[in-house]
Amino acid sequence: MTEPGIDAAGTLAEPLRRRLYQYVVDQGGDVTRADAAEAVGERRSLVAFHLDKLVEVGLLEVTRRKVSGREGPGSGRPAKLYRRADRQLSVQLPPRDYETAARVLAEAIERLGADSALHSAAWEEGARMARALEDRPEDLDGLMALLERLGYEPVREDPTVGGPVRLRNCPFHVLARDFPAVTCGMNLELLRGLLSGIADLSTHMAPSPERCCVAISKNKNC
Amino acid sequence: MTEHHLAQLNVAIPNHPMDDPRMAGFTEMLDPINALADSSPGFVWRFRSEGSNDATTERPFGPDLLINLSVWESLEALWNFTYRSEHLDLLRRRREWFQHMEEVHTVLWWLPATRLPSLDEAGERLAHLRAHGPTAHAFTFRTSFAPPSHGTTRPSPIRP
Repeated sequence: MTEPGIDAAGTLAEPLRRRLYQYVVDQGGDVTRADAAEAVGERRSLVAFHLDKLVEVGLLEVTRRKVSGREGPGSGRPAKLYRRADRQLSVQLPPRDYETAARVLAEAIERLGADSALHSAAWEEGARMARALEDRPEDLDGLMALLERLGYEPVREDPTVGGPVRLRNCPFHVLARDFPAVTCGMNLELLRGLLSGIADLSTHMAPSPERCCVAISKNKNC
Repeated sequence: MTEHHLAQLNVAIPNHPMDDPRMAGFTEMLDPINALADSSPGFVWRFRSEGSNDATTERPFGPDLLINLSVWESLEALWNFTYRSEHLDLLRRRREWFQHMEEVHTVLWWLPATRLPSLDEAGERLAHLRAHGPTAHAFTFRTSFAPPSHGTTRPSPIRP
C-alpha cells in the first residue's frame, strides 16, 4: 500500500468529503464550489475547505476558468473548478500488484497473437460472473446498478430511446493505455458475456479518449 | 510551428488475397476508416498508390506484405486515431484478417515537417527497429522518443 493511497483513503473517511467526492465524480466534468455546496446543502466556505483537502491528497484536480460568460474588467476572477484527478490511487491490504501481472500477461498475449483465446476466455468469465449474481439484472435499470458496482460508472446518454449506455470509467484504464487492442477487446467480450442473459441488449465498440470504449444499446428489433 | 512530424509504417500479412470474400470485413472498412483518418485532428498525410485511395495494391517489401504509411503532427494525434476511434475495432478483429507476426510490425519515427517519408526510408526504419530495438531513430508506441527539437533522446512513454 502506498502512502498517497493511505492519505486518500483516510481523507474519504470524513462523510461530507465522501459526499463531495462522489458528487464531483458523478458530474463527470468541472464543478464549481457553489454547485457542490448546493448539492450537499452545506455552507460554501466549509465545502471549499473540504474540496481543497481532496485536491491536497490528489483525489481531485483544480482548473481555473471564468464560468459566467462575462468578460473584461469587472467580470471577476476565474472560478476554481474541481474534477476527478487523472491519477490512480490504490489501497490494498496486504499489498498486491495485479497491474504488473496484467502487463506481463498482456505482453505475452500480443507476442502469441492469442486474441481469440483471450476473447473467448473473457466472454466466459463475463458469463460466469453473470451466473454468480444473486439478483440478475432483467432490464436496463438493473444493468446500470450492476455496472455501477463493477466500477464502470454508467450513464444513459439518451434515456428517451433506451440508451445507449456509456461507461464513464474504464476499470482497466492503465492497462488499456499500454495495450489498447488487447485490453479493449477483452473488456468488450467480458461485458458481452456478462450481458449474455439479457436478451435485448447489445454491446459494441465506441472508442473515445475520455471514457471506456464499450457502449451498450437496446437492440432495435425488440 | 511544429518542426517535426511523426511518421508511422505498419506492415501486415493478410490471411487471404484481398479480393477473397473472407477479407470483405476488412476491405469494406477501408474507405470509411481512411476517411476517418483524413479528418482526424493532427493528420498530415498517408501514402496512396497512384490512382488509388489506399495503399493496398502496393507491395514494396514483398508480395505478401501489405503496408500502411502515414504522417501525423504528434504522437498523441496518431495514438488517439489508432486506439481511440472506430479504428480500434479493426485492431480488435485483426486476427480475422491478418496473420500474427513474431516480428515488430509497426515503426514510428520523427521527420522534419517540411518533407514526407519515402517507402525506402520507411523500410529502413522498420529494419532498424527490428535490428536494434526502440531508439530515437526508429521506435514504438510503448517505447517512444521525444521529437529531436526537444533535445533529448530519453524514452518518453506516452501518457495520453
